[in-house]
Amino acid sequence: MAEPATRSAPVPLYSWAAVGLPLGLFAWLCSFVPEVSAGESRHWEVQWLPQHDIALSFFVDGLSLLFALLITGIGTLIFLYAAEYMRGAPHIGRFTVFLTAFMLSMLGIVLSEDLITLFIAWELTGVTSFLLIGYRHEDATSRRSAWQALMVTGAGGLAMLAGFVLLGEAAGTYSLREILADRGALAADHRYHWILALVLAGAFTKSAQFPFHFWLPNAMAAPTPVSAYLHSATMVKAGVFLLARMAPVLGGTEAWTATLVTVGAITTVHSAVVALTRRDLKQVLAYTTVMALGACVLFLGVPTQTIEGDVSAAAAAAMCLVLVHALYKAALFMAAGAIEHSTGTRDLRLLGGIGKRMRWISAGIVLACLSMAGLPPTIGFVGKEALYSSASAAPSGTVALVAIFLASALIGTVALVLAGPLLWGRLTEAAARAKPAPWQLWCGPAILGAAGIVAGLAAGPTFGALVLPAAASVGELPEHFVPSLWHGLGPALLLSMATWGLAALVFWKRRAVARVVSSSLSIIPLTGDSAYDKVMHGIAASALGLTAVLQSGVHRRYVATVFASLALVLATTLVVRDAIHVPELVPEASFFEWMLGGLIAASALTVIFTRSRLLAIGSIGVVGTAASLIFLLFGAPDVAMAQLMVETLVVVIVAIVLLRLPSFHYEIRQNRFRRFRDAVVATAVGAATSLVVLAVITDPPQRSLTEYFERTAVPGGHGRNIVNVILVEFRALDTLGEITVLFLAGSAVCALIQRRSRYRRLGSLVAAGKASATATDPELSQR
Amino acid sequence: MDTIIALLVGVLMGASVYLMLRRNLVRFVLGVALISHAANLLLFISGGLVGADPPLIQVGADLPGEGVSNALPQALILTAIVISFSVFAFLMALAFRAYESLETVDPDAMRAAEPPRGWKSQAAERTAGTA
Repeated sequence: MAEPATRSAPVPLYSWAAVGLPLGLFAWLCSFVPEVSAGESRHWEVQWLPQHDIALSFFVDGLSLLFALLITGIGTLIFLYAAEYMRGAPHIGRFTVFLTAFMLSMLGIVLSEDLITLFIAWELTGVTSFLLIGYRHEDATSRRSAWQALMVTGAGGLAMLAGFVLLGEAAGTYSLREILADRGALAADHRYHWILALVLAGAFTKSAQFPFHFWLPNAMAAPTPVSAYLHSATMVKAGVFLLARMAPVLGGTEAWTATLVTVGAITTVHSAVVALTRRDLKQVLAYTTVMALGACVLFLGVPTQTIEGDVSAAAAAAMCLVLVHALYKAALFMAAGAIEHSTGTRDLRLLGGIGKRMRWISAGIVLACLSMAGLPPTIGFVGKEALYSSASAAPSGTVALVAIFLASALIGTVALVLAGPLLWGRLTEAAARAKPAPWQLWCGPAILGAAGIVAGLAAGPTFGALVLPAAASVGELPEHFVPSLWHGLGPALLLSMATWGLAALVFWKRRAVARVVSSSLSIIPLTGDSAYDKVMHGIAASALGLTAVLQSGVHRRYVATVFASLALVLATTLVVRDAIHVPELVPEASFFEWMLGGLIAASALTVIFTRSRLLAIGSIGVVGTAASLIFLLFGAPDVAMAQLMVETLVVVIVAIVLLRLPSFHYEIRQNRFRRFRDAVVATAVGAATSLVVLAVITDPPQRSLTEYFERTAVPGGHGRNIVNVILVEFRALDTLGEITVLFLAGSAVCALIQRRSRYRRLGSLVAAGKASATATDPELSQR
Repeated sequence: MDTIIALLVGVLMGASVYLMLRRNLVRFVLGVALISHAANLLLFISGGLVGADPPLIQVGADLPGEGVSNALPQALILTAIVISFSVFAFLMALAFRAYESLETVDPDAMRAAEPPRGWKSQAAERTAGTA
């Protein structure tokens, strides 16, 4: 990784100023804590699209407050850290703007009161995280990772939008407070399963749940402050937030429980196992992030209510896990960045004994790892106790219990893997070179690590102020749910002890475990990452293939496609509407009408089959003339007149031009199969049109417009020829357009024909025309 | 007569589609000429063959008499006739110029700007371009 080389560059003023924004927001949000923990909520609204019931509205309740405080609180430390970490890097201004925009859109997600507002903020985090992950845009890996994060979360976001629209339609409102007020009403809706699937798609992609987990470790291509922020408190928590937000509305059903518990359990165990096989500090942290997210999802899926009506504390456990994870993960990421900053490597094997050189950082790591492993007296311990007690109390909690037990043990192992060599390992060459980090780099890990301890010691107030109000937004809580550091020697504590025991065991045998895991993982042929590549390549290839088929460049294929589609659409409509009227075998008509019809049909067929140009010209003329006779016969003399004149012109033009084009005898005839195929398409189009016309004429025509024109022709248009009045008064603009078309076509024809210098044959034609004109015009011949 | 015209519309449509699918620009242009007749007749018949008298209003009267034909489709057809004539003349000139320039009326031979290629070779080019 190309870390900034120039360390002497000053920290720009705006980097310091940017720290003020999250700090100010944090302080402002803190002022809501008393109000919100008393069960109140605040609401702001600006009308946006009132006609669609979409408002730019925000609200603060327990859930949004917990997340917003994490975003701004950790954000403050991250901004401070980034100011020092990115010193001397190119485009710091751009970076700061991206990071600020990202934080604000993240706040938008958690504070949104309107589904559409939430979606827009959601997509904004996608775009800004794309910019942040791809910050080192000159690096191809960075670009790919950024693309991958955007594609995966963006696709999920679109699914989520569809789910939101369905949800809004089902609930009759897009306002989250109104939707949440009507708990459980949606589960009976017939669209429920669609809504659930689509919203879960959004949440699972954003929160990197299996099988969409692959983008998160790849996103480690971002600068460390970004990883620390995106993967602790913000981006990936958005999916968990969404699930928590929707739990009262969509949760509690069998589908919800089954999906969340299954996906959460798989994600948790899978990523915990993979984390053991990684050597890169950031990769290890990335997989433990995926694991913690899986655990959050798992616990949101555990039913909060038993059949007897007892309420479990799963929601509180999940919220506590969110808090715990945000604190220790941000601390560990920042510590990892600081270590890389001063040693230039992130390989765990090269960093033995680093703790002897970087004391403050090590302190942060130890505190964070304590919290991560769930050892007393940290908040992590309280959280894990809550997890165990709620899982054992919950109905069908066995799966959850097993998954959380395994995951906690593995997480404990990872904590040992992280802390052990760094602190007590033999001092390596790279670690010996390490210089103490500046205070901006170590204060974040240290503060967050200490916060884990403080929150654990003061478990009651922490839960009362933050976790329980948040959990109350998710689900009901048991009446006397009092979390504390010491519960006494209960099953939860025994489970915790078993967890530590297993963690120590796995750590002891970690090399063997890693070997077994690596070999067993390699037998899975398709990883998420390679599946992503295959899908992306498939999309590109199918787009090219489709383009090549549709845009073949052969104009007959375009014509055939258009008309075949027309026939298909018409036929489908006829069948669906049941509108097929088969005419009587011998329609009633006079001899004259029969003659006209026969003439037109015969001429049309002649144009197709003749090999004589003259016959084709004549047949075209016959069709036009016969058509004008039909118009004349049924009361349209104006039309008949125009048709006759135009037909005369057509025949003249065709006769002039056609006889200078090659004879039909030289044309390339397509083979028999192609002619048959074309005949099928042509017959289908003809038959479909005829049937449509037959269906149309069974109903008497709508005459209201005609009657309007008839009524108003004299008083409004002062004309007695209704057709003329329509053309020059009522539809005068149409007529103007028609004249314009005529003018344009005429100009184009002139332009095409007049460039005779390059085309001598055409020139001779025009010259011949002029000669004949001069011959007949005495005035011209005199000149 | 309604049925006959309905069938005629189909015959003209079919004939014109078949002509447009020929490998000869001249036949294609003739197909365009036929399809406009089909469209005109379709418009005409959809207004109903209600009367044989032209839609005129007698001097002194405010409304046309009984049995006049439907005026609206007639106005539409008049517009359509002129426009289809313009398009036809333009196409004819275009076909002529194409023949003058390229010495052929076979549209398959007119692919100087877009030489035919398989999509696989296109895909290969694309990936080669991005790599």
